[in-house]
Amino acid sequence: MSFTKKLCGAAAATGLSLFAALPAWAQEAVPAAAPAVPNPGNNAWMMTSTVLVLLMILPGLALFYGGLTRSKNMLSTMTQIGATACLAMLIWVIYGYGTAFGPEGNAFFSWGKYFLAGVTPASTAATFSDEVISEYVFISFQMTFAAITAALVLGGTVERIKFSAVMVFVAVWLTIVYFPIAHMVWAGGGLIFEWGALDFAGGTVVHINAGVSALVAALILGKRKGFPTEPMPPHSLTMTMVGTGLLWVGWFGFNAGSELEADGTAGLAMINTFVATASAGLFWMLTERVMGHKGSALGLCSGIVAGLVAVTPAAGNVGPFGAVVLGALASIICYFAVSKLKPALGYDESLDAFGIHAIGGIIGAIGTGIFHDPSLGGPGDGSVAMWAQTWIQVKAVVVAIVWAAVGTTIAIYVAKIVTGLRVSTEVEQEGLDLGEHGERAYN
Amino acid sequence: MKLIMAIIKPFKLDEVREALTGLGIAGMTVSEVKGFGRQKGQTEIYRGAEYSTNMVPKIKVEVVCDDALAPRVVEGIQQAANSGAIGDGKIFVLEVGQAVRIRTGETGETAL
Repeated sequence: MSFTKKLCGAAAATGLSLFAALPAWAQEAVPAAAPAVPNPGNNAWMMTSTVLVLLMILPGLALFYGGLTRSKNMLSTMTQIGATACLAMLIWVIYGYGTAFGPEGNAFFSWGKYFLAGVTPASTAATFSDEVISEYVFISFQMTFAAITAALVLGGTVERIKFSAVMVFVAVWLTIVYFPIAHMVWAGGGLIFEWGALDFAGGTVVHINAGVSALVAALILGKRKGFPTEPMPPHSLTMTMVGTGLLWVGWFGFNAGSELEADGTAGLAMINTFVATASAGLFWMLTERVMGHKGSALGLCSGIVAGLVAVTPAAGNVGPFGAVVLGALASIICYFAVSKLKPALGYDESLDAFGIHAIGGIIGAIGTGIFHDPSLGGPGDGSVAMWAQTWIQVKAVVVAIVWAAVGTTIAIYVAKIVTGLRVSTEVEQEGLDLGEHGERAYN
Repeated sequence: MKLIMAIIKPFKLDEVREALTGLGIAGMTVSEVKGFGRQKGQTEIYRGAEYSTNMVPKIKVEVVCDDALAPRVVEGIQQAANSGAIGDGKIFVLEVGQAVRIRTGETGETAL
């Protein structure tokens, strides 16, 4: 293939008409003498990648976000993330997989394979070459992406949203925002996929989507009581640092796993996930120094996450030095988004899912169009001009932003009607750990 | 009897304890406290959000001794806890009306 795409949908073995238009798949659609058998090496790597992405959610993201909240909301933050992941997994096997990667579909969503109907241990899903992996492995891998994306959105709403509201919001949000965007970007026949947009591991689907959704949800939910006059320092940057490390480790499954094979492109995604992140971690601290502050631990952690986000769409699509530049750029721009833009506009998008995931994701998505070009060390073959690829990337970003904003507005109002959305002032004051869960994080 | 209450820098506690045991003081009570005096707090910055904390962590040492020993205890703490910098703390001396050893019921200076 001229460039790596995330995936052309699942189920090569079932030979879907959807993919017949794509030359690369056409060969597979022709019934061969024997059905393709998954290579155990690829299968093993994808199973490993899948649990690495789970590591990013619990405990990675839970500790990262939890450390940033006040101690009275530690358990609530972590429980919301854990329960969101559980709910997303169940919805995924019931209808999520079918809606994103089902056998029949249009440009916006698909259908079929509800309750994983027809999937057996012998079923396979296509990769980017003539290899296949077991469909159950592919379903599990994609399941963890849905789970972490929904959990990321909660960074905007922690410390004041009801647990019940989270559950309703996540169910609706996955249905009308995540599954369609995943289909549009990653599935054969999807709107953005057909444009030829590059999104290796989910810069658009996961990070721009989650970041924009977090901002919209935070705006509708309103500020935390006392924000921004009352001090709300992170209660444990130690936890945040541990969470950051777990996120980074897990991200190798996220990025290098998105190749769907244990091949050289997975290796490229791996080294990029090291160096873009390293660059971003240091550049955030450097930016702090240049702005007259001390280089901080939270700055290092924020930079690391910004770099991971920016390299996500780029992982297998740029060269290592393109990744270094992308990481640095994302870090510097995200720094200004969270420390200047947010105070200037006065919104309480509490844990900066927008400032880091959406902004970093946009830098990564557009930067991928630029650094994919072979003249800048990228793995592209130059068949699509740099400006043309970048324009496709911009269009993909705009569609994701608009879709996420509209869908989140609907989802959060549904949650508001069903649950009331926000905890009472008393619960917010004493903390959601006691008020919503009847426990304290620290005794 | 006198109660000598000293607010000192946390890292000076060991030196103060050594100075006082050297004077024959048999016991003391130590607590972690927060407060402010002339030494102002620090500024903390988290992703651009600046918070100034005006309470500084300190250690409070409480010792009861007989009247004769009190000036030497005060002097011992003053020397041991002195770093020469702002924020070294304060010493207060209070009159104690009575002391009782709970185990034996002894009272007054024999209870110390």
